[in-house]
Amino acid sequence: MISIINYKAGNLTSVERALKHLGIPCRITNNPEEIISSKKVIFPGVGAAGKAMEFIRSKHLDKILYDVVDKNIPFLGICLGTQIILDKSEENDMACLEIIPGISKRFPDGGIKIPHMGWNNISITRPHPILSGIDPRAQFYFVHSFYPDPKREEDTIATTHYGVTFASIIGKGNIVATQFHPEKSGRYGLQMLKNFSKWDGYVK
Amino acid sequence: MLSKRIIICLDVRGGKTTKGIKFKDNIDIGDPAAMAKQYYEQGVDELVFYDITASSDKRDIIIDVVKNVAKNIFIPFSVGGGIRSLDDMYNVLNAGAEKISINSAAVLNPGLIADGARFFGSQCIVLGMDVKSVKKTPKIPSGYETVINGGRTPMGIDAVQWAKKAQGLGAGEICLNSIDADGTNQGYELTLTSIIADAASIPIIASGGAGVPEHLKDVFLKTGADAALIASMVHYKQYTVGRIKAYLAREGIPVREII
Repeated sequence: MISIINYKAGNLTSVERALKHLGIPCRITNNPEEIISSKKVIFPGVGAAGKAMEFIRSKHLDKILYDVVDKNIPFLGICLGTQIILDKSEENDMACLEIIPGISKRFPDGGIKIPHMGWNNISITRPHPILSGIDPRAQFYFVHSFYPDPKREEDTIATTHYGVTFASIIGKGNIVATQFHPEKSGRYGLQMLKNFSKWDGYVK
Repeated sequence: MLSKRIIICLDVRGGKTTKGIKFKDNIDIGDPAAMAKQYYEQGVDELVFYDITASSDKRDIIIDVVKNVAKNIFIPFSVGGGIRSLDDMYNVLNAGAEKISINSAAVLNPGLIADGARFFGSQCIVLGMDVKSVKKTPKIPSGYETVINGGRTPMGIDAVQWAKKAQGLGAGEICLNSIDADGTNQGYELTLTSIIADAASIPIIASGGAGVPEHLKDVFLKTGADAALIASMVHYKQYTVGRIKAYLAREGIPVREII
C-alpha cells in the first residue's frame, strides 16, 4: 500500500488516479499510523510553500515524515513536495523540512516566462532505479516558479534547463523527488511511478 | 528545451463533442472521453474542454465528462465554459481537471481571477480571452477589443489592457482566441497574438483559425506564443497529432517527440 500524504495542497487525486490506472494499491491519508505502516509514501503538492508548511506543522506531519525517512520507507516527492523537503524556500522565505540540504529558488526575472510551464527534457546525472526504462528523449510536464537547488552535488539525479540549469530530480538514500509531475507526464511519467512502486529504497 | 505545446480543444455540449463556426451552427462529432483518449495516445500535450451547454440545469454533465476523461488520460487538461464561482472551480478541479479557464465571468467580475488564484494557485487559472479586431480609438488603442458571450457582446475594454490586468490579478496563462479567425481555417491572428504575447509575461496559447500545420509554424515562428490550440484539423481526421508534430520538428520548432 502506498500512502499519498494529504496536506491540503492541490490535486492529490491525480496521483491516486495514475496509481489506480497502473493497478498499484494506494490511499490518500494524513493519519500517522497509516503513513508509518505503509510500504511507500508519496508526498505530492501544488501551491505555495508557506501555506503547505503551516498545515504540515499544525498536523505534526513533519515528525511523521522524519520517521518515514528514518525507517527507510521509499519516499517520492512531487513538485511542491520536492521543494519543501529542502532546508528552506525563497517562497515566503519559509523554513522547510531539512530532509535534503539545499533551498528552493525563484527563477530569475528577464528573458523567460514564469512559471516554467510545459514539457521539458531531463538530463540524467546519476543512475537511479526510478529511471529504469525511461527513454533519454522523454519529456516531462512542469509547472513551477521555484526550483530545487540542493547543496550537495551528489543529491542531484537529473537536471533540466529553463533560463538556468536546475535539479529536476533530487534524491538521497530512500528519498527521491521530482520537480515535474510524473502523474501528468504521459507514458514515461507513468513508467516512473511504476518504477517507484517497485523500488526497495536502496540505490546500488 | 521547453517544447511548444499542441493543445486540442473539444467543445462539449450536452456531454458530446461538437464543432461550429464562429460559435454557431454546431454539429455533434463524438464522445469527449473517447476522443480525449485517442488524442492522448497520439501524443497531444494538453487538452481543453469547453462546455457550451446552453442551459444551466445540465451543468453537471460536464463534471461527469471530466471524471471520465481523468480516468484515462495522464496529461494536463483544463475545463472552461460556465464557470462563475469558486464552487464551480472546485467542482471541476476535484473531478480531475488541472486548470480552469474563465472567460466572460472574469470580464464581468475580475475578482474571480484573484480569488481563484488565491484558493487554487495561479497555475490553475487560465484566462480565456475572446478578442475582435476593431477601429483604433482612444478607448481601444490597440485596435483589439475584448468581447464576451461567444463574441456577441463587445465590452469596450482594450484586449492588451485586459491581458495585463488579468496577469496582475493572478492569471497563470492566457488562452487568446480571435473571434475573427475562429473557425475560418485561415490561420491564427498573428498580429493580435504578437501584441498580447509581448505585453504579458505569462504563457500565451494562440487560438482560432488553425487549418493546416503551416499555421502552427507561423504562430510559433512569428509570435511569442507558447502553445497553439487546434480543433477541426484533427477532429475531422485531416491530420494526426503525430503528423503535425513531425512537420513542426522538421521546421525547427521544439516539440515533444512522440516516443
